[in-house]
Amino acid sequence: MTKRNMTPVKTPMPNQDPKVRSRNFEEVALGYTEEMARQEAARCLGCKNHPCVAGCPVNVRIPEFVAKVAEGDYEAAWQIITDTNALPAISGRVCPQESQCEAKCVRGIKGEPVGIGRLERFVADWHRTHSQDHVERPASNGHRVAVVGSGPSSLTCASDLAKLGYEVTIFEAFHTAGGVLVYGIPEFRLPKSIVQGEVDRLAELGVEVMTDMVIGKVLSIDELMDEMGYEAVFIGTGAGLPRFMNIPGEGLAGVCSANEYLTRINLMKAYLDEYDTPVLKSRAVAVVGGGNVAMDACRCAQRLGAEQVYIVYRRSREEMPARNEEIEHAEEEGIEFKLLCNPVEVLGDDHGHVSGLKCIRMELGEPDESGRRRPVEVPGSEFVLDVDTVIMALGTSPNPLIRSTTPGLEANRRGCLVVGEDGVSTTREGVFAGGDAVTGAATVILAMGAGKKAAAAIDQYIRSK
Amino acid sequence: MYKIVQKKMLNPTICLLEIEAPFVARKAQPGQFIILRIDEKGERLPLTIGGFDRERGTVTIIFQLVGLTTRALAKLEEGDALLDFVGPLGQPTEMEGLRSACVIGGGLGTAIAYPVAKGLHDAGVETDVIVGFRNKDLVILEEEFRGACDNFYLMTDDGSYGEKGFTTAKEQELLAAGKRYDVIIAIGPVPMMKFVVKTAEPFGVPCRVSLNPIMIDGTGMCGGCRVSVGGKMKFACVDGPEFDGYQVDFDELMNRNATYRSQEAETERDHMCRFDKMAHALIR
Repeated sequence: MTKRNMTPVKTPMPNQDPKVRSRNFEEVALGYTEEMARQEAARCLGCKNHPCVAGCPVNVRIPEFVAKVAEGDYEAAWQIITDTNALPAISGRVCPQESQCEAKCVRGIKGEPVGIGRLERFVADWHRTHSQDHVERPASNGHRVAVVGSGPSSLTCASDLAKLGYEVTIFEAFHTAGGVLVYGIPEFRLPKSIVQGEVDRLAELGVEVMTDMVIGKVLSIDELMDEMGYEAVFIGTGAGLPRFMNIPGEGLAGVCSANEYLTRINLMKAYLDEYDTPVLKSRAVAVVGGGNVAMDACRCAQRLGAEQVYIVYRRSREEMPARNEEIEHAEEEGIEFKLLCNPVEVLGDDHGHVSGLKCIRMELGEPDESGRRRPVEVPGSEFVLDVDTVIMALGTSPNPLIRSTTPGLEANRRGCLVVGEDGVSTTREGVFAGGDAVTGAATVILAMGAGKKAAAAIDQYIRSK
Repeated sequence: MYKIVQKKMLNPTICLLEIEAPFVARKAQPGQFIILRIDEKGERLPLTIGGFDRERGTVTIIFQLVGLTTRALAKLEEGDALLDFVGPLGQPTEMEGLRSACVIGGGLGTAIAYPVAKGLHDAGVETDVIVGFRNKDLVILEEEFRGACDNFYLMTDDGSYGEKGFTTAKEQELLAAGKRYDVIIAIGPVPMMKFVVKTAEPFGVPCRVSLNPIMIDGTGMCGGCRVSVGGKMKFACVDGPEFDGYQVDFDELMNRNATYRSQEAETERDHMCRFDKMAHALIR
């Protein structure tokens, strides 16, 4: 039995130095060493009622795997995690643990919670570098399922179904599988080799991945089911439609959505010289928004060499939806936060290019329906930020391509697919959905949870036919 | 991989490739577009569909050698393959209820105007075509057009072939002579489309234009292709590429299309270096 570690704070995560990392795209957090991991794992009290597990959307048996880490049996820890979580190397890096498992940790009452996310990442990375196990390809049960999209919900759903013997085909619109994990989240937060590793593992399980296939255009859901012989379809197409502010000047050159900016950088690798896709070369950048995507965009801009990068957010720091760690990292890297500010107009020069962003100061009023205090404009407080690029990171909504081409598939007024009580059956028989396509923009881990649930529901549906 | 089954230079700067892409060919309709990528390091290039053959399972693209990717594309030969070929994207040309139409194509736009004219003509719509080129050497698809319309007007800027003048001169002439169409469909350089609309305006003839703005995914995800149409933001990739010409803010579009132009010139130089290096490596 390892001696319990009663230190009130988490074992610090080694990070790349902010000055260095703000000019490269390599991973910021370097990961625990074995020693650090065992030291941190020893902070877990192993509570009988394990509140942390309830805080996890996929119910990873946290105290059990942490105990194995403390013992140094990392492979056993891996087995426990992957019983319920197909993508631990990813969730260990991008999950908002502070509002999930770690928020429930008893150690968090007096001091910091156990660094569950960091331990999960450690176990996944250890497994990747030390274990040579080959995935056994299960015998086919002869039933075929189509999975549309290849983000976290689809990867999880496909993996679970393949393990049950289903013949699964993933249809991806882009040329690379991974969805938001490859086009949205930057290399410095989630190395693309890790995502590719997970996609490769699916291939070993027998999952076929067809890229360049925009379902709703090249094939409809009906054609997949009636002509191509898929007995069920899972729609995991995410929430990819960017929002804009509808303020004057948004049509100027030098204004883009965070989706466009990040896709150019992450998927198309515009930050590497040998790739052809161009990306805005900016002197000064304003990123509008306060979520994780805004943090990703501003940190990318910094890495591409901008001299000055601002976050413009209309509420205060407390209301920012981004993970704490991302906000802290952005601050360390020199991003300037313009809080309680809202853009009113993008200004342009004679060539139709952005020359500034006119903002107005805000103050917090009464709480709105989201429970956050509503920001209200301070009259006469306009000022201009001297920038040549404006990136809109205002959130995204689900893509209408599939619902508009699938009769009987209902969506709510926000464009999210309507699902039944089980959370994954759509209004069309044999068609299931999960992730952001159902919830609107949310987290990777919630999408994974939905993918898991959908796989079980699809299995049940096909068995009962 | 998507194999090139036919390659033809239509004129010194316009190239036609017929690509094996059975899934796309099955669904393609006039007015829609595809996105291709030549290789792993290439950019995603949107091109309007120039034709398709459902039986052969092929899609034809026609493009002008104007930038990095189109030049690289024209270096490929029959038997070579593209890494990615996605489509069909966007909305097809609306043809329902049309009795008469005038299709106006300028330069490369004529290549895209061809399937639209053919589609209309085949559907029994009375179709006039006006195409314009800088000079005789640049004329493309003349024979094809003659078989795909009722009246064909060929214009050259310098008068070296057909009639001298811009496409809009012929448009003006026809409209002034009392000719009326249910719709004019303009496809070509943005300034040409802008003036086709201006010319039609006094006569009250509806105009549609086919836009080809900057985009990445082609599915509504990047917002790079947003255009102001009637003061509202539209995405050319999913809402278009054809829009009501009277509603499009052409000036904003021209501006945004120039976003990466200076960088492209730079990249092109770098790219030459990349090819030079590769060539050197091969020689050694």
